[in-house]
Amino acid sequence: MKILVAIKRVIDPYVKIRVKSDGSGVETNNVKMAMNPFCEIAVEEAIRLKESGIAEEVIVASLGETSCQEQLRSALALGADRAIHVDTPSPEPLVVAKTLKALMEKEQTGIVLLGKQSIDTDNNQVAQMLSALTNSPLATFASKVSVEGDKVLVTREIDGGLETLRLELPAIISTDLRLNEPRYASLPNIMKAKRKPLEVLKPSDLGITVSASLEILQVLPPKERQAGELVSNVAELVDKLKNEAKVI
Amino acid sequence: MSENTIKALVIAEHDNDSLSIDTLRTIQAATTLPNVEITLLIMGHQCQSVAEAAAKISPLSSIKVADHDTFEHILAESASELVAEVGTEYSHILAPATTFGKNILPRVAALLDVGQLSDVIELESEDTFIRPIYAGNAIAKVKSNDNKKLMTIRTSAFDSVEVGQDSTTSITPLTNTYQNQASEFVSVEKTKSERPELPAARVVVSGGRGLGSKENFELVEKLADKLNGAIGASRAAVDAGYVSNDLQVGQTGKIVAPELYIAVGISGAIQHLAGMKESKVIVAINSDPEAPIFQIADYGLVGDLFEIMPELVEAI
Repeated sequence: MKILVAIKRVIDPYVKIRVKSDGSGVETNNVKMAMNPFCEIAVEEAIRLKESGIAEEVIVASLGETSCQEQLRSALALGADRAIHVDTPSPEPLVVAKTLKALMEKEQTGIVLLGKQSIDTDNNQVAQMLSALTNSPLATFASKVSVEGDKVLVTREIDGGLETLRLELPAIISTDLRLNEPRYASLPNIMKAKRKPLEVLKPSDLGITVSASLEILQVLPPKERQAGELVSNVAELVDKLKNEAKVI
Repeated sequence: MSENTIKALVIAEHDNDSLSIDTLRTIQAATTLPNVEITLLIMGHQCQSVAEAAAKISPLSSIKVADHDTFEHILAESASELVAEVGTEYSHILAPATTFGKNILPRVAALLDVGQLSDVIELESEDTFIRPIYAGNAIAKVKSNDNKKLMTIRTSAFDSVEVGQDSTTSITPLTNTYQNQASEFVSVEKTKSERPELPAARVVVSGGRGLGSKENFELVEKLADKLNGAIGASRAAVDAGYVSNDLQVGQTGKIVAPELYIAVGISGAIQHLAGMKESKVIVAINSDPEAPIFQIADYGLVGDLFEIMPELVEAI
């Protein structure tokens, strides 16, 4: 079976973001970018399914500007077989889902793996939307995935515990942090990745019209916290918590 | 009914026995819409007591109950089909931003061919909403141009509606059922812990790399137990194998906003701060006076945590 993994280029999670002073958004010029951490986990899981003989091919896809090819190359260096770049400035989740639906049909994939959310827009929507559009079964927030014949058993992280579902293939799975520990790419693999195929498509090639239903009116920094005080010992700390903050 | 009444549908989360606090907070969020009429949709199996309790919530104008074994374990497929069908009559559909709501609502949105807003913290008007992005490091004001506004609510931003004494709200049973063709519930394993759950806890005690070993994490556990709190961890502590990663607090882990957050041996990397800086009171215990955590802590104590922690447990 073929596995499709959707990945997103986002600001590196260790970078402190800066909100533009005109309120139009977040500064992304000259900011370190990276693969969304949840997408890294999805790539890792797909590669493991290939290494265990369950998947024949791992295809990674990303929607975005030309720069997202960097993250596609990273995924190829980790072990994906080929990449598809859909060239469009950051679309909304519904458009991403519609595009992935077209790729799923084009490539006849057995499993689509996605991160549960991207750490920039924090939407947590694409996998669910893709499942609805393709009428495929869905398992979000996966912490364990095992393929059994033409079905896949997925353990999900839900509030208060774990839930296990059995899905028929083709299935849509979104990854939680606990699913696996992503590997690092070795230098020889990074070199090899440069020669792996990377196809560039326009949304129109897939019959997709990019539209937007949400308008960002303003982006503001959150309220800054004021630094508090240093206390000199445990007794003073307990006293402050009891009598000043009244939290214990 | 005046023409500009907003008809809002709230999706109830419950355990077939009682409504979750997140549902009560989501109803409260819906009440902040102008001139709103709120319907609660309850999907479940043998969930009569949930409907009876909901009937005592006065801001609700009606309750719809789909009681069927299809909905015993709320699978995304059948649940979102039902919500999409019932939702055709409503201009606003709200669900709590819990794993329950997040699993269903984007699916409903795609079925209705509209966008969805996640983790809304304020409903400014009928079409303009406020939500955090970049793990709370920026706040976006977003206008939805869709004919239906679908949103999950960050419940920690709202109070609960009160549940009154008298049942005054009408209950309509629904008979629509949908079978899940391609997905099947296998099992559920609830975490059995004496400690409260991390996102819901009033007090969270978190440990970082400064603890030095898995064994030393016991210092964090002891303090958490004393305060009836949950335990959390920084990514460094998770990566070092001190605790499992479901306890990670941060941008890629859990986002918490307890009344009291105690960070022990955590330097305060951006990634971690993103997950806890909405906490009401933050306490930092660290040997490095330059640690960034002290810039956001209400109370900081510089010193050796191996001496401080036992003393603190003793003193509380």
